[in-house]
Amino acid sequence: MDRALDVEIEDLSKYFGSFCAVDKMNFNVKHGEVFGLLGPNGAGKSTLIRMLTTLVTPSSGHARVNGFDVVQNPNGVRQSIGVIPQAMTSDLDLTAWENMTIFAKLYGLSPQKRKTAIHDLLGAVNLLDWADKPVKTFSGGMRRRLEIARGLVHEPRIFILDEPTTGLDPVSRVAAWEMLDRLRRERDLTVMLSTHYMDEADKLCDRIAIVDHGKLVALDSPLKLKTSIPGTNTIEVSFSSVPADWQRTLESLPDVATVKSDDGVYRLSSNNGPRTVLALMDAVHAAGISVASLSVQSTTLDHVFVHYTGHDLRDAAHKPNPAESRFIIRR
Amino acid sequence: MHRLLAIIERDLRRFKANPTLVVMSLMMPLMQLVILGYAFGGQIKHLEIGVVDQDGHVPATKLSAMLNAVAANARTYETVPYADEGRALADLRDGRINGVVTIPPNFSRDLLAGKSPTVALIEDNTDQFSSSALAGSMASLLGAYNGNGLPPRTTASASLSVVEVYPYVPYIQYLLPGTIVLAIFMAAMMGGGIQYIDDKARGIHEGYLVTPVTKFELIMGFNLAGTIKAFLSGSVLVILGSLIAGIPDPFNLLRLAHMFAVVVLTALALISMMFLIMVRIDDPVVPRMIFGLLNTLLYFPSGAVYPTSSFPGWMRVLSQFDPFTYAVHGFKTLVLKNTGFAAIDIDILFLAGFTVITMAAATVLFKRTL
Repeated sequence: MDRALDVEIEDLSKYFGSFCAVDKMNFNVKHGEVFGLLGPNGAGKSTLIRMLTTLVTPSSGHARVNGFDVVQNPNGVRQSIGVIPQAMTSDLDLTAWENMTIFAKLYGLSPQKRKTAIHDLLGAVNLLDWADKPVKTFSGGMRRRLEIARGLVHEPRIFILDEPTTGLDPVSRVAAWEMLDRLRRERDLTVMLSTHYMDEADKLCDRIAIVDHGKLVALDSPLKLKTSIPGTNTIEVSFSSVPADWQRTLESLPDVATVKSDDGVYRLSSNNGPRTVLALMDAVHAAGISVASLSVQSTTLDHVFVHYTGHDLRDAAHKPNPAESRFIIRR
Repeated sequence: MHRLLAIIERDLRRFKANPTLVVMSLMMPLMQLVILGYAFGGQIKHLEIGVVDQDGHVPATKLSAMLNAVAANARTYETVPYADEGRALADLRDGRINGVVTIPPNFSRDLLAGKSPTVALIEDNTDQFSSSALAGSMASLLGAYNGNGLPPRTTASASLSVVEVYPYVPYIQYLLPGTIVLAIFMAAMMGGGIQYIDDKARGIHEGYLVTPVTKFELIMGFNLAGTIKAFLSGSVLVILGSLIAGIPDPFNLLRLAHMFAVVVLTALALISMMFLIMVRIDDPVVPRMIFGLLNTLLYFPSGAVYPTSSFPGWMRVLSQFDPFTYAVHGFKTLVLKNTGFAAIDIDILFLAGFTVITMAAATVLFKRTL
C-alpha cells in the first residue's frame, strides 16, 4: 500500500439491477492533489463518490480511502474524509454554530476542541458574524460555505465534494473556489470533487478524470488533456448551404488537424486559427456560398470533452440513475 | 379559456400519474365508514360480572342459574363465581370485572317468608355505556325472575339495588385518556413520521451517514428524540386535559407519577411503531397519506370513545393488537379509578413488549447506506 495514495480504485463497478452506473473504473488519487471528476449528469460521478463515502456498496472491485477499504473498514474511511453531499444538507432551523456543533459531536470532538475548531472554520469561510443566525436566512453561497466548514470540522485528510458549486451564482462560485484552494493549502488536504463545469475543473484541479456513461474515458492534468487533442484552436462554423465534397475541402485547408460535423455545424481543429480562417473564407467565396456563423476559440476542456466522448457536455442525455431517488430534493 | 383548461389538465394529469394517492384517498373514507360504523352504538357484550351467592339455597341458586343462562345466550356478560365478596370488590376496583352481583345471606328465607329481598349490583361506572347496559340487563333479568322464576306460592318479589363504585364520570372525562394517547400519537407522527421522511428526502440523513455514527446510535437517537417530544406532548395533555375535563384532584402526585410513566411507555411504543412503518419509506407523501388512515385504524378500535365490548369479533381482534387499546385502558384506569400499576400490569407488559418487537424489527430493516 502506497501511503502517498489517498484514494485507490481498482475495477470498481456498481450495478442497479441491470443498469451499470459505474463500469470497472481504475485510478488513484495522490495525497495533496485536487482531483476532479468531470462528466454530465448521470455519468456515474455521484455513484462513484457515494461508494467512496460508504453510502453505496460497490457491486464489484475495490476502493481504499486513506488505506481503509470502503467495505471492510467503512468507519476508518468515514473518520478520514470530510464530505459535502450534492444536496444542501444543513439544518435550516438551526444556526450555523449549532449545525457545526452537531457534526463536531458526531465526529466525537472534545468540547474544548469543538469550540476552537468551529470558531476557526467559521472564520475561514467568513461566517463568524453569522454564527448565531438560523441557516434558513442564508443565501445559497453562504450555505455552501457553511457546509465546507462543516465537512472540515474533524480535520479530515481527504475532502470529497459532490458538485460543490452547482446552483451558485458566478460570484459565489469564484468565492467558493478561492476558499477551497486556500483551505486545501492551509490544511494539507487531498480534494476530490465532481463537477459538470469545465471552468471549475480547469481552474481547481491538478488532474481531471473525464467520466461518461459510467466509464473513465480520459485522465490527466487539464493542460495535458488540452494538448492531447489535435489543434490549438477550434473553429466552429456553419454555412448557408453545403456543396458536394465540402468535408474534404475543409480538411485540405492549411493547418487543419481534424474536421467533425454535427447537425450542420463543422468543428475544425487547427494548429493556426487565423491562417485557417483566412483560407476558409477564400474557399467559401470560391464555392459561391456564405458563412452563417463562425467562432474561433482556444482549445478548452469543452473541446477535450467532445473529443473523448463524441458529444457535448451540455448535450449529454440525462439517463435517470436508479440510485438517485426521485424524492431527493435537489437544488 | 385555454389557460384555464391548461391548469385543469395539469392537475388531472398529476392525479392520474399517482394511482396510489387516488387509492389511498378512497381508502380513508371507506375505512372510516367501516371502523366508525362498528365503533359506536353496537350492543354491549362480554362484560364480566362476579357473582357472590351468600345464600346458597334453591331460590338463590335459581337466580344464579338465570344469570348463567343470560351469560350463555345473550352474552351481555359472563359470570365469574366468587366465594368472598371482598375479593370480588377488589377485582372490581382493579378493573378485572365490570360488576358484582351479591345475593345476600337471607335471600331465600326472606323471599319465602314474603319479605322482598334485595339483590345488590355493585358496578364500575367509569364506563357509562357498559354500566347502563349491565344495570338494564340485570333489571330485566329480575323482572323475569319475579315473573316465572320464583317457586310456586311465593307472593314476594326480589328487587335490585344498584350501587356505583365511583362518582359520576362525565363523557369528557371518559374521553380524556384517548385524547392523551392521541396527543402522543400526533407527536410520533409529526416527529417520527413526517419530519423524519422530510429530513431523509432533503439529504440531512446523508450528511449523518458519512460520519462515523453507528447504526445503533442513529436508530436510538431518532427514537429517543421522538420519545422526548411525544412525552412532552402527552404530559401537557395529562395536566391541561385533566383541568379541562375536571378530573377530581388533578395534581395528585402519586397518580401523576403513574401517568407520566405510562406516557413514556406509550411514547416509546408509538415512536417505535412509526419508525418501523417508515424505515424503508423515501417518499414524503407517504406519511401524510397514512396519517389519517392510522389515526382511524388505531384510535377508534381502542375503546377510547366507546367500549370495545360492543365491537364485532373482527374489530375486537384488531383492538387486541392495537397499542392504543392498552395505553387507553392504562390511562382510563389511572385517571378514572386512581389505581396503581397492579391494575394495569397487562397494559404495561403489552406496551413494553410491543416496543421491543417493533424496535427490533426496525433495527433489522434499517439500512445504513442509501
